[in-house]
Amino acid sequence: MGWDFDSRQPIYVQLVRQLTQRILTGVYEPGSRLPSVRDLAQEAQVNPNTMQRAMAELEQAGLLHTERTSGRFVTDDEALLSDQRQQLAATHIAAFFRQMRALGYEPEEALALAKRQGGE
Amino acid sequence: MQSGKEANEMEQNYVFEARDLSRRFGGKRALEGVTFGLGPGHIAGLLGPNGSGKTTLIKLACGLIRPTAGEILVCGSAPCPATKAETAYLPDVACLDDRMRVRDLIKMFGEFYANFDPERARTLINDLGIDEADRLRTLSKGNREKVHLVLTMSRNARLYLLDEPIGGVDPAAREYIIRTILGNYQPESTVLISTHLIADVESILDYALFLRDGQIALQGDADALRESRGQSLDELFREVFKC
Repeated sequence: MGWDFDSRQPIYVQLVRQLTQRILTGVYEPGSRLPSVRDLAQEAQVNPNTMQRAMAELEQAGLLHTERTSGRFVTDDEALLSDQRQQLAATHIAAFFRQMRALGYEPEEALALAKRQGGE
Repeated sequence: MQSGKEANEMEQNYVFEARDLSRRFGGKRALEGVTFGLGPGHIAGLLGPNGSGKTTLIKLACGLIRPTAGEILVCGSAPCPATKAETAYLPDVACLDDRMRVRDLIKMFGEFYANFDPERARTLINDLGIDEADRLRTLSKGNREKVHLVLTMSRNARLYLLDEPIGGVDPAAREYIIRTILGNYQPESTVLISTHLIADVESILDYALFLRDGQIALQGDADALRESRGQSLDELFREVFKC
C-alpha cells in the first residue's frame, strides 16, 4: 500500500487517516510493533516531526501505545478496533449516500441499487 | 505561533536565528529586517524566487559575508570558526575540484571537518553505484551533485544549509535526495533547504520561510499554513509571488 498526499491539506491529518486505515485493515496487525518514526517518515517521504505528530494522535485515540524501551505497538484491543472499524464504515456509508443523493437517488433507492450490485 | 513567554524560553534553543537581519550590496538591498528562529529537529524551507535573497541569507549564516545590520546566529553565536564547524553547507554551484577522485574527496572532507563520517559517506556513495576511484568529472551532472550532497550530509553538524539541492534533477534523483535528507534526520539538528521548486520538497518540510525582495513575506508551521489557507505551500508560493 502506497502513501499518497494532497498537499493542500495538513499532512499530519492525512497521515492519521492513512495509518488508521492500515491498522484497521490489518496491514499493521493487532499487537504488532510499528516501524520507527524515522523509517516510516522515510517510507512515506514526510517530515519525521509530522509523522511523530500523527503517531501521538493515534496514541491519544488508543490505537497505538508506546512501550518505553521496545517501541510503538498497535493495540490488541479488539473491541476498540471493531469500534473504530464501525466508525470508519459509517463515514464511508455517509459519503456513499451523499454522493448518491447528488446523483438524484433517495436513500432507499440508493440502498436498493447497492443491494442489487452487491449481490452480483 | 508562540506566545511571547514560550518564544523567550525557546530562544536559548534556536539552532538558527536571524534578528532584524539586513544586508546591502552597495546601494542594493539584498535582505532587510529578516527575523526568524528555528529550533532543533526541523526541516525548514527557505522559499522564494530567484533574487529574493535566499543565497545571501545562507552565505551570511556561513560567515562568507557579514550583515550590514542585525544579527545572524548559529547555535546562539555569530558565525565564527566554532559555528562553521557545526554548519554543513551545500552551495548552489559546483565548487569541488572535478579532477579529484571520489575517494580523495572523502579523504579531504575527513581532513577538513572533524565531524565528518567517512563510513557514512562511503555507504551512501556505494548505494549510488558510484565507484570511489572515479574522478568527479567522469560522473554525470546529477551524480556529481549527489556526491556533493552525500559529502555534506555525512557531516554530523547542527545546521545543514542546502542551497537549491534539487535544481533541475530528474524525479529519481529527487527521490534519492529526499531520502538522503530524511535518512540523515537528527532530532538535535536543523536542515534548511533553499529552493524555488516547492512541490518537490513540500512533504518533507515542517516549517516554511517565504522570502520576497529580501524580506520575510510569510513564515510558519507547514501544516498550520495548509490548514489555515487550504492551500499547498506551492500554491501559497504562487499566490505570494504573483507578478
